[in-house]
Amino acid sequence: MFDINEVRKEFPILGRKVNGKQLTYMDNAATTQKPRCVIEALTDYYENYNANVHRGVHTLSVEATDRFEAAREKVASFINAETSKSLIWTRNASESLNFVMHSWGAKNISAGDEIVLTPMEHHSNLVPWQQLARQRGALIKYLEMTPEGILDLDRLDSVIGERTKLVSVTHMSNALGTINPVRKLAEIAHSVGAKFLVDGAQSVPHMATDVQEIGCDFLTFSGHKMLGPTGIGALYVQMDTLETMEPYYTGGEMVLEVTYEDASWAALPMKFETGTPNIADVISFGVAIDYLNQLGMANVREHERSLTEYALHRFEVVESEGVDVFGPRDVDLRGGIISFNAKDVHPHDLGTFLDQEGIAIRTGHHCAMPLVKSFGLSATARASFYVYNTREEVDRLVEALLAALRYFRNDSTQS
Amino acid sequence: MIRPSLDDLYRDKVILDHCRNPRNSNELKSPDLKADAVNPFCGDEIHFQLLVDSHDSVQAVGAQGVGCAINRASGSLFSEAIIGKTINEVSDFSRAFSRIMESHDLHESEYARQFGAISALFRVREFPVRIKCALLASSALTTNLR
Repeated sequence: MFDINEVRKEFPILGRKVNGKQLTYMDNAATTQKPRCVIEALTDYYENYNANVHRGVHTLSVEATDRFEAAREKVASFINAETSKSLIWTRNASESLNFVMHSWGAKNISAGDEIVLTPMEHHSNLVPWQQLARQRGALIKYLEMTPEGILDLDRLDSVIGERTKLVSVTHMSNALGTINPVRKLAEIAHSVGAKFLVDGAQSVPHMATDVQEIGCDFLTFSGHKMLGPTGIGALYVQMDTLETMEPYYTGGEMVLEVTYEDASWAALPMKFETGTPNIADVISFGVAIDYLNQLGMANVREHERSLTEYALHRFEVVESEGVDVFGPRDVDLRGGIISFNAKDVHPHDLGTFLDQEGIAIRTGHHCAMPLVKSFGLSATARASFYVYNTREEVDRLVEALLAALRYFRNDSTQS
Repeated sequence: MIRPSLDDLYRDKVILDHCRNPRNSNELKSPDLKADAVNPFCGDEIHFQLLVDSHDSVQAVGAQGVGCAINRASGSLFSEAIIGKTINEVSDFSRAFSRIMESHDLHESEYARQFGAISALFRVREFPVRIKCALLASSALTTNLR
Protein backbone atom coordinates (compact mmCIF):
# COMPACT_ATOMS: atom_id res chain seq x y z
CA MET A 1 0.00 0.00 0.00
CA PHE A 2 1.20 3.51 -0.78
CA ASP A 3 2.13 6.04 1.89
CA ILE A 4 -0.73 8.55 1.99
CA ASN A 5 1.48 11.33 3.37
CA GLU A 6 3.88 10.91 0.47
CA VAL A 7 0.94 10.97 -1.96
CA ARG A 8 -0.47 14.17 -0.46
CA LYS A 9 2.87 15.92 -0.87
CA GLU A 10 2.58 15.43 -4.63
CA PHE A 11 -0.61 17.52 -4.84
CA PRO A 12 0.28 21.20 -4.47
CA ILE A 13 -3.36 22.34 -4.09
CA LEU A 14 -3.81 20.30 -0.89
CA GLY A 15 -1.56 22.82 0.85
CA ARG A 16 -3.94 25.72 0.35
CA LYS A 17 -6.49 27.10 2.72
CA VAL A 18 -10.13 27.75 1.86
CA ASN A 19 -12.01 30.30 3.98
CA GLY A 20 -9.14 30.21 6.45
CA LYS A 21 -9.31 26.43 6.87
CA GLN A 22 -7.19 23.61 5.54
CA LEU A 23 -8.72 22.42 2.24
CA THR A 24 -10.54 19.08 2.50
CA TYR A 25 -11.29 18.16 -1.10
CA MET A 26 -14.11 15.62 -1.41
CA ASP A 27 -15.56 16.42 -4.82
CA ASN A 28 -13.51 13.88 -6.73
CA ALA A 29 -16.43 12.42 -8.63
CA ALA A 30 -16.75 15.84 -10.30
CA THR A 31 -13.04 16.29 -10.96
CA THR A 32 -9.83 15.29 -9.21
CA GLN A 33 -6.81 17.35 -8.20
CA LYS A 34 -3.57 17.06 -10.17
CA PRO A 35 -0.20 15.78 -8.98
CA ARG A 36 2.87 17.92 -9.61
CA CYS A 37 4.12 15.58 -12.37
CA VAL A 38 0.96 16.20 -14.43
CA ILE A 39 1.14 19.97 -13.97
CA GLU A 40 4.83 19.94 -14.92
CA ALA A 41 4.17 17.80 -17.99
CA LEU A 42 1.86 20.51 -19.34
CA THR A 43 4.54 23.18 -18.93
CA ASP A 44 7.24 20.88 -20.25
CA TYR A 45 5.38 20.39 -23.52
CA TYR A 46 4.81 24.10 -24.09
CA GLU A 47 8.32 25.09 -22.99
CA ASN A 48 10.34 22.38 -24.69
CA TYR A 49 8.69 20.59 -27.61
CA ASN A 50 5.48 22.38 -28.59
CA ALA A 51 4.70 21.35 -32.17
CA ASN A 52 1.88 19.84 -34.16
CA VAL A 53 1.73 16.04 -34.37
CA HIS A 54 1.68 13.57 -37.27
CA ARG A 55 3.06 16.05 -39.77
CA GLY A 56 6.30 17.83 -40.42
CA VAL A 57 9.68 16.19 -40.29
CA HIS A 58 11.25 18.60 -37.86
CA THR A 59 12.55 17.48 -34.48
CA LEU A 60 9.92 19.13 -32.32
CA SER A 61 7.08 17.55 -34.30
CA VAL A 62 8.70 14.14 -34.05
CA GLU A 63 9.15 14.49 -30.29
CA ALA A 64 5.58 15.68 -29.80
CA THR A 65 4.23 12.85 -31.99
CA ASP A 66 6.26 10.22 -30.14
CA ARG A 67 5.00 11.31 -26.75
CA PHE A 68 1.45 11.80 -28.02
CA GLU A 69 1.33 8.24 -29.34
CA ALA A 70 3.15 6.91 -26.26
CA ALA A 71 0.29 8.33 -24.18
CA ARG A 72 -2.18 6.39 -26.34
CA GLU A 73 -0.20 3.21 -25.65
CA LYS A 74 -0.24 3.93 -21.90
CA VAL A 75 -3.97 4.57 -21.73
CA ALA A 76 -4.77 1.60 -23.96
CA SER A 77 -2.72 -0.77 -21.83
CA PHE A 78 -4.19 0.78 -18.65
CA ILE A 79 -7.57 -0.66 -19.70
CA ASN A 80 -5.92 -3.73 -21.27
CA ALA A 81 -7.11 -2.99 -24.81
CA GLU A 82 -5.90 -5.48 -27.43
CA THR A 83 -4.30 -2.66 -29.38
CA SER A 84 -3.86 1.10 -29.02
CA LYS A 85 -5.59 1.42 -32.41
CA SER A 86 -8.85 0.85 -30.57
CA LEU A 87 -8.40 3.95 -28.41
CA ILE A 88 -9.77 7.26 -29.70
CA TRP A 89 -9.12 10.63 -28.06
CA THR A 90 -12.13 12.78 -27.25
CA ARG A 91 -12.69 15.82 -25.05
CA ASN A 92 -14.33 13.87 -22.23
CA ALA A 93 -16.59 10.89 -21.46
CA SER A 94 -19.66 12.81 -22.63
CA GLU A 95 -18.12 13.37 -26.04
CA SER A 96 -17.13 9.69 -26.19
CA LEU A 97 -20.75 8.71 -25.59
CA ASN A 98 -22.03 11.14 -28.21
CA PHE A 99 -19.45 9.75 -30.59
CA VAL A 100 -20.82 6.21 -30.15
CA MET A 101 -24.35 7.53 -30.57
CA HIS A 102 -23.51 9.20 -33.90
CA SER A 103 -20.88 6.87 -35.35
CA TRP A 104 -22.35 3.53 -34.31
CA GLY A 105 -25.90 4.22 -33.11
CA ALA A 106 -27.18 6.13 -36.11
CA LYS A 107 -26.20 3.23 -38.38
CA ASN A 108 -27.31 0.34 -36.17
CA ILE A 109 -30.41 1.47 -34.30
CA SER A 110 -33.68 1.42 -36.24
CA ALA A 111 -37.40 1.71 -35.57
CA GLY A 112 -38.59 -0.78 -32.97
CA ASP A 113 -35.11 -1.50 -31.65
CA GLU A 114 -34.50 -1.24 -27.94
CA ILE A 115 -31.72 0.43 -25.96
CA VAL A 116 -31.33 -0.78 -22.37
CA LEU A 117 -30.02 1.55 -19.65
CA THR A 118 -30.09 1.55 -15.85
CA PRO A 119 -32.05 4.02 -13.69
CA MET A 120 -28.75 5.33 -12.27
CA GLU A 121 -27.18 6.69 -15.45
CA HIS A 122 -25.49 10.08 -15.60
CA HIS A 123 -27.28 12.43 -18.04
CA SER A 124 -24.39 11.87 -20.46
CA ASN A 125 -25.34 8.18 -20.84
CA LEU A 126 -29.04 8.97 -21.01
CA VAL A 127 -29.75 12.10 -23.05
CA PRO A 128 -27.85 11.00 -26.22
CA TRP A 129 -29.82 7.74 -26.30
CA GLN A 130 -33.09 9.60 -25.79
CA GLN A 131 -32.20 11.75 -28.79
CA LEU A 132 -31.26 8.76 -30.91
CA ALA A 133 -34.37 6.82 -29.89
CA ARG A 134 -36.56 9.77 -30.85
CA GLN A 135 -34.85 10.16 -34.24
CA ARG A 136 -35.03 6.45 -35.03
CA GLY A 137 -38.31 5.45 -33.45
CA ALA A 138 -36.44 3.18 -31.04
CA LEU A 139 -37.40 2.48 -27.43
CA ILE A 140 -35.42 2.95 -24.21
CA LYS A 141 -35.90 0.40 -21.45
CA TYR A 142 -34.51 0.47 -17.93
CA LEU A 143 -33.17 -2.36 -15.80
CA GLU A 144 -34.76 -2.56 -12.37
CA MET A 145 -33.03 -1.43 -9.21
CA THR A 146 -33.56 -2.22 -5.53
CA PRO A 147 -34.25 0.65 -3.07
CA GLU A 148 -30.61 0.32 -1.97
CA GLY A 149 -29.54 1.16 -5.51
CA ILE A 150 -28.41 -2.29 -6.69
CA LEU A 151 -29.47 -3.68 -10.09
CA ASP A 152 -32.00 -6.47 -9.79
CA LEU A 153 -30.38 -9.21 -11.89
CA ASP A 154 -33.27 -11.61 -11.38
CA ARG A 155 -35.45 -9.41 -13.54
CA LEU A 156 -33.07 -8.84 -16.46
CA ASP A 157 -34.90 -11.22 -18.79
CA SER A 158 -37.99 -9.05 -18.92
CA VAL A 159 -35.92 -6.06 -20.09
CA ILE A 160 -33.13 -7.47 -22.27
CA GLY A 161 -34.44 -9.45 -25.24
CA GLU A 162 -34.30 -10.02 -28.96
CA ARG A 163 -35.06 -6.41 -29.81
CA THR A 164 -32.22 -5.11 -27.63
CA LYS A 165 -29.46 -3.63 -29.80
CA LEU A 166 -27.45 -1.88 -27.10
CA VAL A 167 -27.04 -2.23 -23.35
CA SER A 168 -25.32 0.87 -21.95
CA VAL A 169 -24.46 0.85 -18.26
CA THR A 170 -22.39 2.87 -15.84
CA HIS A 171 -19.72 0.76 -14.15
CA MET A 172 -19.95 2.95 -11.05
CA SER A 173 -22.83 5.30 -10.30
CA ASN A 174 -21.67 8.86 -9.69
CA ALA A 175 -24.71 9.53 -7.52
CA LEU A 176 -24.87 6.33 -5.41
CA GLY A 177 -21.44 4.76 -5.70
CA THR A 178 -22.98 1.45 -6.83
CA ILE A 179 -20.56 -0.81 -8.73
CA ASN A 180 -22.50 -2.69 -11.40
CA PRO A 181 -21.74 -6.29 -12.50
CA VAL A 182 -20.59 -5.33 -15.99
CA ARG A 183 -19.03 -8.68 -16.85
CA LYS A 184 -22.28 -10.51 -16.31
CA LEU A 185 -24.26 -7.80 -18.11
CA ALA A 186 -21.87 -8.07 -21.08
CA GLU A 187 -22.58 -11.79 -21.32
CA ILE A 188 -26.32 -11.25 -21.23
CA ALA A 189 -26.18 -8.42 -23.80
CA HIS A 190 -24.09 -10.51 -26.16
CA SER A 191 -26.35 -13.54 -25.71
CA VAL A 192 -29.14 -11.59 -27.45
CA GLY A 193 -26.77 -10.11 -30.03
CA ALA A 194 -26.68 -6.62 -28.50
CA LYS A 195 -23.60 -4.44 -28.11
CA PHE A 196 -22.45 -3.58 -24.60
CA LEU A 197 -21.20 -0.15 -23.55
CA VAL A 198 -19.57 0.62 -20.21
CA ASP A 199 -19.59 4.22 -18.97
CA GLY A 200 -16.32 4.11 -17.04
CA ALA A 201 -16.13 7.78 -16.04
CA GLN A 202 -16.30 6.85 -12.33
CA SER A 203 -14.78 3.36 -12.40
CA VAL A 204 -11.66 3.61 -14.59
CA PRO A 205 -10.09 6.17 -12.19
CA HIS A 206 -10.75 4.03 -9.12
CA MET A 207 -10.23 0.35 -9.95
CA ALA A 208 -8.29 -1.83 -12.37
CA THR A 209 -10.18 -2.00 -15.68
CA ASP A 210 -9.79 -4.80 -18.20
CA VAL A 211 -11.93 -4.40 -21.30
CA GLN A 212 -11.13 -7.93 -22.47
CA GLU A 213 -12.17 -9.46 -19.17
CA ILE A 214 -15.35 -7.38 -19.05
CA GLY A 215 -16.03 -8.17 -22.68
CA CYS A 216 -17.40 -4.72 -23.51
CA ASP A 217 -17.71 -3.30 -27.02
CA PHE A 218 -17.33 0.30 -25.87
CA LEU A 219 -15.74 1.97 -22.85
CA THR A 220 -15.92 5.72 -22.23
CA PHE A 221 -13.95 7.74 -19.67
CA SER A 222 -12.42 11.14 -18.86
CA GLY A 223 -8.86 12.18 -18.01
CA HIS A 224 -9.71 14.89 -15.51
CA LYS A 225 -11.45 12.46 -13.16
CA MET A 226 -8.22 10.45 -12.85
CA LEU A 227 -5.55 13.06 -12.05
CA GLY A 228 -5.23 14.20 -15.68
CA PRO A 229 -6.02 17.59 -17.20
CA THR A 230 -9.48 18.72 -18.27
CA GLY A 231 -10.37 18.57 -21.96
CA ILE A 232 -9.13 15.05 -22.63
CA GLY A 233 -11.23 11.90 -22.68
CA ALA A 234 -11.08 8.53 -24.34
CA LEU A 235 -13.24 6.05 -26.17
CA TYR A 236 -12.30 2.39 -26.46
CA VAL A 237 -14.08 0.40 -29.16
CA GLN A 238 -13.50 -3.31 -29.65
CA MET A 239 -11.71 -3.68 -33.01
CA ASP A 240 -14.35 -5.76 -34.84
CA THR A 241 -16.93 -3.10 -34.07
CA LEU A 242 -14.58 -0.17 -34.68
CA GLU A 243 -13.84 -1.41 -38.18
CA THR A 244 -17.53 -1.12 -39.11
CA MET A 245 -17.81 2.47 -37.90
CA GLU A 246 -17.68 5.61 -40.01
CA PRO A 247 -16.14 8.90 -38.86
CA TYR A 248 -18.41 11.44 -37.22
CA TYR A 249 -16.10 14.41 -37.67
CA THR A 250 -14.30 14.86 -40.96
CA GLY A 251 -11.60 17.22 -42.21
CA GLY A 252 -7.85 17.40 -41.83
CA GLU A 253 -5.63 14.79 -40.15
CA MET A 254 -8.23 11.98 -40.51
CA VAL A 255 -7.80 11.50 -44.27
CA LEU A 256 -5.58 9.35 -46.45
CA GLU A 257 -6.16 10.99 -49.80
CA VAL A 258 -8.31 13.93 -50.83
CA THR A 259 -9.35 15.04 -54.30
CA TYR A 260 -11.71 17.88 -55.23
CA GLU A 261 -14.46 15.28 -55.46
CA ASP A 262 -13.81 12.76 -52.72
CA ALA A 263 -11.71 11.63 -49.78
CA SER A 264 -10.56 8.35 -48.27
CA TRP A 265 -9.95 7.82 -44.60
CA ALA A 266 -6.72 7.39 -42.71
CA ALA A 267 -6.02 4.16 -40.85
CA LEU A 268 -7.37 3.50 -37.34
CA PRO A 269 -7.53 5.28 -35.00
CA MET A 270 -6.61 8.42 -36.95
CA LYS A 271 -9.73 8.32 -39.08
CA PHE A 272 -11.77 9.24 -36.02
CA GLU A 273 -9.58 12.17 -34.93
CA THR A 274 -9.87 15.21 -37.12
CA GLY A 275 -8.01 18.49 -36.66
CA THR A 276 -5.13 19.28 -34.33
CA PRO A 277 -5.68 17.20 -31.21
CA ASN A 278 -5.33 18.25 -27.59
CA ILE A 279 -1.62 17.44 -27.56
CA ALA A 280 -0.50 18.83 -24.21
CA ASP A 281 -3.41 17.28 -22.34
CA VAL A 282 -3.05 13.88 -24.03
CA ILE A 283 0.62 13.73 -23.04
CA SER A 284 -0.14 14.88 -19.49
CA PHE A 285 -2.98 12.35 -19.24
CA GLY A 286 -0.32 9.73 -20.02
CA VAL A 287 1.74 11.06 -17.11
CA ALA A 288 -1.30 10.75 -14.82
CA ILE A 289 -1.59 7.12 -15.95
CA ASP A 290 2.09 6.58 -15.05
CA TYR A 291 1.41 8.01 -11.62
CA LEU A 292 -1.64 5.78 -11.04
CA ASN A 293 0.33 2.73 -12.22
CA GLN A 294 3.04 3.62 -9.74
CA LEU A 295 0.45 3.66 -6.93
CA GLY A 296 -1.09 0.46 -8.31
CA MET A 297 -4.78 0.34 -9.16
CA ALA A 298 -5.39 -2.53 -6.72
CA ASN A 299 -3.98 -0.27 -3.99
CA VAL A 300 -6.10 2.67 -5.15
CA ARG A 301 -9.23 0.51 -4.92
CA GLU A 302 -8.25 -0.91 -1.52
CA HIS A 303 -7.49 2.56 -0.14
CA GLU A 304 -10.93 3.80 -1.20
CA ARG A 305 -12.73 0.65 -0.12
CA SER A 306 -11.24 0.94 3.34
CA LEU A 307 -11.90 4.70 3.53
CA THR A 308 -15.52 4.20 2.42
CA GLU A 309 -16.00 1.47 5.02
CA TYR A 310 -14.66 3.85 7.66
CA ALA A 311 -16.84 6.71 6.38
CA LEU A 312 -20.02 4.59 6.39
CA HIS A 313 -19.23 3.60 9.96
CA ARG A 314 -18.56 7.21 11.01
CA PHE A 315 -21.76 8.32 9.25
CA GLU A 316 -23.84 6.19 11.61
CA VAL A 317 -23.84 9.08 14.07
CA VAL A 318 -24.97 11.46 11.30
CA GLU A 319 -27.69 9.00 10.29
CA SER A 320 -28.96 8.91 13.86
CA GLU A 321 -29.43 12.68 13.50
CA GLY A 322 -31.95 12.18 10.70
CA VAL A 323 -29.64 12.06 7.68
CA ASP A 324 -30.29 9.46 4.97
CA VAL A 325 -27.29 7.81 3.30
CA PHE A 326 -27.98 6.35 -0.14
CA GLY A 327 -26.45 3.44 -2.02
CA PRO A 328 -25.26 -0.08 -1.15
CA ARG A 329 -24.03 -0.75 2.39
CA ASP A 330 -21.66 -3.46 1.18
CA VAL A 331 -18.38 -1.70 0.32
CA ASP A 332 -17.49 -4.47 -2.13
CA LEU A 333 -20.41 -3.22 -4.23
CA ARG A 334 -19.65 0.44 -3.76
CA GLY A 335 -17.01 2.96 -4.75
CA GLY A 336 -15.75 5.89 -2.69
CA ILE A 337 -18.93 7.95 -2.94
CA ILE A 338 -21.22 8.88 -0.03
CA SER A 339 -24.47 10.52 -1.11
CA PHE A 340 -26.64 11.80 1.71
CA ASN A 341 -29.53 14.06 2.58
CA ALA A 342 -30.75 15.69 5.78
CA LYS A 343 -34.53 15.70 5.84
CA ASP A 344 -34.78 19.25 7.18
CA VAL A 345 -31.58 20.97 5.97
CA HIS A 346 -31.24 21.56 2.25
CA PRO A 347 -28.02 20.23 0.62
CA HIS A 348 -27.08 23.72 -0.57
CA ASP A 349 -27.19 25.04 2.98
CA LEU A 350 -25.04 22.10 4.11
CA GLY A 351 -22.66 22.75 1.20
CA THR A 352 -22.24 26.41 2.11
CA PHE A 353 -21.65 25.53 5.76
CA LEU A 354 -19.03 22.90 4.88
CA ASP A 355 -17.32 25.30 2.47
CA GLN A 356 -16.83 27.68 5.38
CA GLU A 357 -14.94 24.82 7.03
CA GLY A 358 -12.79 24.36 3.92
CA ILE A 359 -14.62 21.15 2.95
CA ALA A 360 -15.52 20.82 -0.73
CA ILE A 361 -18.43 18.51 -1.48
CA ARG A 362 -20.95 18.45 -4.33
CA THR A 363 -24.58 19.38 -3.81
CA GLY A 364 -27.35 19.08 -6.38
CA HIS A 365 -28.73 16.42 -8.69
CA HIS A 366 -25.27 15.15 -9.81
CA CYS A 367 -26.43 15.11 -13.44
CA ALA A 368 -28.74 12.24 -12.51
CA MET A 369 -32.03 14.15 -12.16
CA PRO A 370 -34.38 11.18 -12.75
CA LEU A 371 -32.53 9.07 -10.15
CA VAL A 372 -32.52 11.79 -7.49
CA LYS A 373 -36.21 12.44 -8.22
CA SER A 374 -36.96 8.73 -7.79
CA PHE A 375 -35.80 9.11 -4.18
CA GLY A 376 -38.36 11.91 -3.79
CA LEU A 377 -35.63 14.56 -3.74
CA SER A 378 -34.39 17.34 -5.98
CA ALA A 379 -30.85 17.36 -4.61
CA THR A 380 -28.48 15.46 -2.36
CA ALA A 381 -25.06 16.18 -0.87
CA ARG A 382 -22.18 13.99 -2.02
CA ALA A 383 -18.69 13.41 -0.67
CA SER A 384 -16.40 11.46 -3.02
CA PHE A 385 -12.89 10.21 -2.27
CA TYR A 386 -9.64 9.65 -4.08
CA VAL A 387 -6.06 8.60 -3.43
CA TYR A 388 -5.22 11.59 -1.22
CA ASN A 389 -8.21 11.51 1.15
CA THR A 390 -7.61 10.40 4.72
CA ARG A 391 -9.57 9.13 7.71
CA GLU A 392 -8.82 12.42 9.48
CA GLU A 393 -10.61 14.20 6.64
CA VAL A 394 -13.61 11.89 7.03
CA ASP A 395 -13.66 12.79 10.74
CA ARG A 396 -13.53 16.47 9.80
CA LEU A 397 -16.47 15.98 7.42
CA VAL A 398 -18.56 14.15 10.02
CA GLU A 399 -17.86 16.73 12.72
CA ALA A 400 -18.65 19.61 10.37
CA LEU A 401 -21.90 17.92 9.31
CA LEU A 402 -22.99 17.53 12.91
CA ALA A 403 -22.13 21.19 13.54
CA ALA A 404 -24.13 22.19 10.44
CA LEU A 405 -27.19 20.28 11.65
CA ARG A 406 -26.92 22.01 15.02
CA TYR A 407 -26.50 25.41 13.34
CA PHE A 408 -29.56 25.11 11.14
CA ARG A 409 -31.72 23.39 13.72
CA ASN A 410 -30.78 25.22 16.91
CA ASP A 411 -33.99 26.84 18.10
CA SER A 412 -32.37 28.91 20.85
CA THR A 413 -31.77 31.70 18.36
CA GLN A 414 -35.43 32.19 17.55
CA SER A 415 -36.71 35.69 18.01
CA MET B 1 -10.80 41.95 3.32
CA ILE B 2 -12.37 40.00 6.14
CA ARG B 3 -13.88 36.86 4.79
CA PRO B 4 -17.66 36.67 4.97
CA SER B 5 -18.71 34.35 7.75
CA LEU B 6 -21.66 32.06 7.87
CA ASP B 7 -23.43 34.38 10.27
CA ASP B 8 -23.09 37.11 7.66
CA LEU B 9 -24.95 34.91 5.25
CA TYR B 10 -27.70 33.83 7.62
CA ARG B 11 -27.54 37.42 8.84
CA ASP B 12 -28.30 38.18 12.48
CA LYS B 13 -30.28 34.99 12.42
CA VAL B 14 -33.01 36.87 10.50
CA ILE B 15 -32.75 34.41 7.66
CA LEU B 16 -32.62 31.38 9.94
CA ASP B 17 -35.57 32.72 11.91
CA HIS B 18 -37.69 33.25 8.80
CA CYS B 19 -36.66 29.86 7.47
CA ARG B 20 -37.64 28.04 10.66
CA ASN B 21 -40.74 30.11 11.35
CA PRO B 22 -42.00 31.25 7.97
CA ARG B 23 -44.56 34.06 8.15
CA ASN B 24 -47.84 33.93 6.21
CA SER B 25 -47.18 30.34 5.30
CA ASN B 26 -50.82 29.24 5.08
CA GLU B 27 -51.97 28.82 1.50
CA LEU B 28 -54.77 31.24 0.58
CA LYS B 29 -57.56 29.23 -1.00
CA SER B 30 -59.16 31.78 -3.35
CA PRO B 31 -56.45 34.30 -4.16
CA ASP B 32 -56.89 37.20 -6.58
CA LEU B 33 -53.36 36.73 -7.86
CA LYS B 34 -50.71 34.03 -7.74
CA ALA B 35 -46.98 33.94 -8.42
CA ASP B 36 -44.93 30.74 -8.64
CA ALA B 37 -41.34 29.99 -9.61
CA VAL B 38 -39.13 26.91 -9.64
CA ASN B 39 -35.38 26.50 -9.96
CA PRO B 40 -35.08 23.09 -11.64
CA PHE B 41 -31.36 22.86 -10.87
CA CYS B 42 -31.70 22.74 -7.10
CA GLY B 43 -35.41 22.07 -6.71
CA ASP B 44 -36.17 25.34 -4.93
CA GLU B 45 -39.80 26.40 -5.29
CA ILE B 46 -41.75 29.47 -4.23
CA HIS B 47 -45.51 29.94 -4.28
CA PHE B 48 -47.33 33.19 -3.46
CA GLN B 49 -51.07 33.85 -3.21
CA LEU B 50 -52.30 37.45 -2.89
CA LEU B 51 -55.63 38.99 -1.88
CA VAL B 52 -56.01 42.57 -3.17
CA ASP B 53 -58.68 45.18 -2.39
CA SER B 54 -60.53 47.49 -4.81
CA HIS B 55 -57.57 49.92 -4.79
CA ASP B 56 -55.25 47.17 -5.99
CA SER B 57 -53.59 47.08 -2.60
CA VAL B 58 -52.34 43.78 -1.13
CA GLN B 59 -54.44 42.80 1.90
CA ALA B 60 -53.18 39.30 2.61
CA VAL B 61 -50.39 37.02 1.39
CA GLY B 62 -49.77 33.30 1.47
CA ALA B 63 -46.18 32.26 0.81
CA GLN B 64 -44.76 28.71 0.67
CA GLY B 65 -41.07 28.22 -0.02
CA VAL B 66 -39.58 24.78 -0.66
CA GLY B 67 -35.85 24.04 -0.62
CA CYS B 68 -32.93 25.82 0.95
CA ALA B 69 -32.98 28.20 3.91
CA ILE B 70 -32.32 31.29 1.82
CA ASN B 71 -35.18 30.64 -0.58
CA ARG B 72 -37.61 29.80 2.21
CA ALA B 73 -36.58 32.87 4.20
CA SER B 74 -36.90 35.19 1.22
CA GLY B 75 -40.43 33.91 0.57
CA SER B 76 -41.33 34.68 4.16
CA LEU B 77 -39.61 38.09 4.14
CA PHE B 78 -41.34 39.09 0.92
CA SER B 79 -44.72 37.97 2.24
CA GLU B 80 -44.36 40.53 5.05
CA ALA B 81 -42.83 43.24 2.89
CA ILE B 82 -45.52 43.41 0.24
CA ILE B 83 -48.60 43.66 2.45
CA GLY B 84 -50.10 47.13 2.02
CA LYS B 85 -48.34 47.77 -1.29
CA THR B 86 -50.22 48.16 -4.56
CA ILE B 87 -49.56 45.60 -7.28
CA ASN B 88 -47.43 48.13 -9.16
CA GLU B 89 -45.46 48.84 -6.00
CA VAL B 90 -44.92 45.12 -5.43
CA SER B 91 -43.53 44.84 -8.92
CA ASP B 92 -41.26 47.90 -8.53
CA PHE B 93 -40.10 46.75 -5.09
CA SER B 94 -39.25 43.25 -6.34
CA ARG B 95 -37.44 44.63 -9.36
CA ALA B 96 -35.42 47.06 -7.20
CA PHE B 97 -34.53 44.19 -4.85
CA SER B 98 -33.36 42.00 -7.75
CA ARG B 99 -31.28 44.87 -9.15
CA ILE B 100 -29.43 45.29 -5.85
CA MET B 101 -28.94 41.52 -5.50
CA GLU B 102 -27.39 41.39 -8.94
CA SER B 103 -25.16 44.43 -8.42
CA HIS B 104 -21.72 44.43 -6.89
CA ASP B 105 -22.48 47.40 -4.72
CA LEU B 106 -22.23 45.96 -1.24
CA HIS B 107 -23.31 48.96 0.85
CA GLU B 108 -26.53 47.36 1.90
CA SER B 109 -26.89 49.71 4.87
CA GLU B 110 -27.95 52.46 2.47
CA TYR B 111 -30.88 50.36 1.48
CA ALA B 112 -31.77 49.10 4.92
CA ARG B 113 -34.38 51.80 5.52
CA GLN B 114 -35.96 51.40 2.12
CA PHE B 115 -36.10 47.62 2.31
CA GLY B 116 -36.48 46.95 6.03
CA ALA B 117 -35.98 43.38 7.25
CA ILE B 118 -35.59 42.07 3.72
CA SER B 119 -32.23 43.86 3.45
CA ALA B 120 -30.85 40.93 5.48
CA LEU B 121 -30.77 39.10 2.15
CA PHE B 122 -28.32 41.57 0.61
CA ARG B 123 -25.44 39.87 2.42
CA VAL B 124 -26.08 36.78 0.31
CA ARG B 125 -24.20 38.69 -2.42
CA GLU B 126 -20.98 37.77 -0.65
CA PHE B 127 -21.76 34.13 -1.49
CA PRO B 128 -22.16 34.41 -5.27
CA VAL B 129 -23.30 30.83 -5.81
CA ARG B 130 -26.25 31.42 -3.47
CA ILE B 131 -27.56 34.64 -5.05
CA LYS B 132 -29.99 32.72 -7.22
CA CYS B 133 -31.54 31.26 -4.04
CA ALA B 134 -32.36 34.78 -2.86
CA LEU B 135 -33.72 35.82 -6.26
CA LEU B 136 -36.42 33.20 -6.77
CA ALA B 137 -39.10 35.00 -4.74
CA SER B 138 -38.43 38.40 -6.30
CA SER B 139 -38.33 36.97 -9.80
CA ALA B 140 -41.68 35.23 -9.20
CA LEU B 141 -43.23 38.52 -8.05
CA THR B 142 -41.63 40.49 -10.89
CA THR B 143 -42.43 38.24 -13.82
CA ASN B 144 -44.97 35.59 -12.81
CA LEU B 145 -47.64 37.55 -10.91
CA ARG B 146 -51.00 36.90 -12.52
